[in-house]
Amino acid sequence: MSQPTTLFHKLWQAHVVRSLGEDLDLLHVDRHLIHDLSGARALTDLQERGLAVRNPELCIATPDHSISSQPGRTLASSPFGERLGGGLRKMAEAAGIPFFGLDHPNQGIVHVVGPETGFTLPGSLLVCGDSHTSTHGALGALAWGIGSSEVVHVLATQTVRQRRPQTMRITVDGELGQGVEAKDVILHIIGALGVAAGTGHAVEYAGTTIAALDLEGRMTICNLSIEFGARMGMIAPDETTFAYLKDRPLAPKGGAWDQALAQWRGLRSDEGAVFDREVRIDAADIAPQITWGTSPGQTLAITGTIPAPDSFVEAEQRNNTELALEYMGLSGGQPIAGTKVDRVFIGSCTNGRLPDLRRAAAVAQGRTVASHVTAWIVPGSAQVKVAAEAEGLDKIFLDAGFEWREPGCAQCVATNGETVAPGERCVSTSNRNFVGRQGPKARTHLAGPAMAAAAAIAGEITDVRNLTAVAEDK
Amino acid sequence: MEKLQLLQGVAAPLPRANIDTDIITPAKRLLDANRETMHQHTFEPLRFLADGDENPDFILNKPGYRDAVILITGRNFGCGSSRETAVWGLRGLGIRCVIAESFGDIFFNNCFQNSLLPIRLPGETIAELLAEAGNDQGNMQFQVDVANCTLTTPSGRTITFDLTPDRQTALLEGLDEVGQTLQEDAATAAFQARDRKARPWIYDLGTVD
Ligand code: SF4
Repeated sequence: MSQPTTLFHKLWQAHVVRSLGEDLDLLHVDRHLIHDLSGARALTDLQERGLAVRNPELCIATPDHSISSQPGRTLASSPFGERLGGGLRKMAEAAGIPFFGLDHPNQGIVHVVGPETGFTLPGSLLVCGDSHTSTHGALGALAWGIGSSEVVHVLATQTVRQRRPQTMRITVDGELGQGVEAKDVILHIIGALGVAAGTGHAVEYAGTTIAALDLEGRMTICNLSIEFGARMGMIAPDETTFAYLKDRPLAPKGGAWDQALAQWRGLRSDEGAVFDREVRIDAADIAPQITWGTSPGQTLAITGTIPAPDSFVEAEQRNNTELALEYMGLSGGQPIAGTKVDRVFIGSCTNGRLPDLRRAAAVAQGRTVASHVTAWIVPGSAQVKVAAEAEGLDKIFLDAGFEWREPGCAQCVATNGETVAPGERCVSTSNRNFVGRQGPKARTHLAGPAMAAAAAIAGEITDVRNLTAVAEDK
Repeated sequence: MEKLQLLQGVAAPLPRANIDTDIITPAKRLLDANRETMHQHTFEPLRFLADGDENPDFILNKPGYRDAVILITGRNFGCGSSRETAVWGLRGLGIRCVIAESFGDIFFNNCFQNSLLPIRLPGETIAELLAEAGNDQGNMQFQVDVANCTLTTPSGRTITFDLTPDRQTALLEGLDEVGQTLQEDAATAAFQARDRKARPWIYDLGTVD
């Protein structure tokens, strides 16, 4: 009998074009996503070198980072929209790469568009010049973010040179508590393991908790893999995955679907497969999370207390805590709940999908955003927006005093000019609370959509479970 | 790609962990991404004060360290975003080698696309190097020898580091990966011909319209 193999090794092995040395392989790229921040530039580089795009039909391009999320927007509504979004259109069309522009029903954040169109498939190898490409691993794809030189390499050769990483399996078992969602699971994992624990590893998430999540929740988990250093996160495809993909426009149809399905069913780690590192997490230990610092690992249960620098033994950690608290304008030893907020941002490739918006709407329904808070809902894609409007979610949000905006990255990275002002505090459903991420001196607290909606209503960081309890009393 | 064989010069100590690529290149600077000018914004939140003046406490602003060619820093350097502009900016500042206990994977890989050498060394060694680099206002010369994989400190200590043979060759000879892989195109074509039979749906996509 053959050696039991991990899902990761099966995916890797299926894409080796040629071995280039010990642990270094040339791998075939099945799917390549291109966005406005680096796309036009990479295509121009290629052109200047006199090279053509080898397989334009295996790419898709859409603007997301630089464009405005303002209702009624055009490319001209953001400072660099025309140059970057318009540049991408020109270069992509010239190269024959399918392009989803602002007026296209499939425009959106690359990591939302890939799965929802069926471009991302189980067993495919997908890359994109963006570190959150790990998101696509939720469908059983081998997916990771690459740098801009590598983007040019993929365009020219349809391959990527990659060193084989170590493997890690994170098994989460048990039922999630009331008010606890996928975002809390992954923030809890990062908090427990530290922000560099996954470096050099491809991570597979497994266990009953993961299996019970919908595809969108699994994407949230895989999305944040890079926040503890892992370039690749993945989940074995199962019936939930297949049901999600069936009839998506770019997914296989008819006989090809049946043939694909037969292959996809084998995409899981064999019984007895050995990982370089195994971690086990008990779902019962996970509470709704909120970050307090400037790294996603600086996270707390909502009922927790902000750590004081002197609570750490290690000088480096003391120092990091002090720097983070100073930047965030917080004092150690205080409960995190009750911290006043100025802004709430619900969206991004982490939490900008339909079930995310549904959870936020369930909290917002019949309530009002606190008068001092500006709260935005930015759907992850045009498809998400249309689907949410069909359910009336836009109306719930607008009635509660949220802004209902156009799809894109928006305030996750604020490269479109939609910054959080210096010193302002924002609860955000995105994935990075880094110094200056949402704008110079902006203070970001990461949380899931339900917690973020609760903060908008309360005007302060608050335990969403209290709000839900009030609703159930009524 | 430019060659990197022997490097000699000042090493700047930056003892801080988890310096992410948003700190190295703030997002708003990505819009005007330009290899030649990116260094003007490198380390912006640390290097400049709120009014735009240089922060005199930042190591690369201190006399003696302004021309540093090596950066010695805390663990998990370059974590976060995939932006290669972080590497361009460091190169623009004149840095050709970064030494840390660990790096963000994408950053580490991006370095080799731009003739910048990232060196991983154990935490205790880093602590000693930081101390040595911090002495004497930066007038001391470190040396990196790519052919022999050695780092020599001002005190004369020689430390060896790991470098895979393919990366070593690429640095020494200034090889470009795109050019190298284009020569493998027959292998890619053969792969696709085989794979198209096994997984036709990868190549025949539906349409969205
Ligand atoms: S939503 Fe944020 S994290 Fe996701 S791709 Fe856009 S900028 Fe990057």
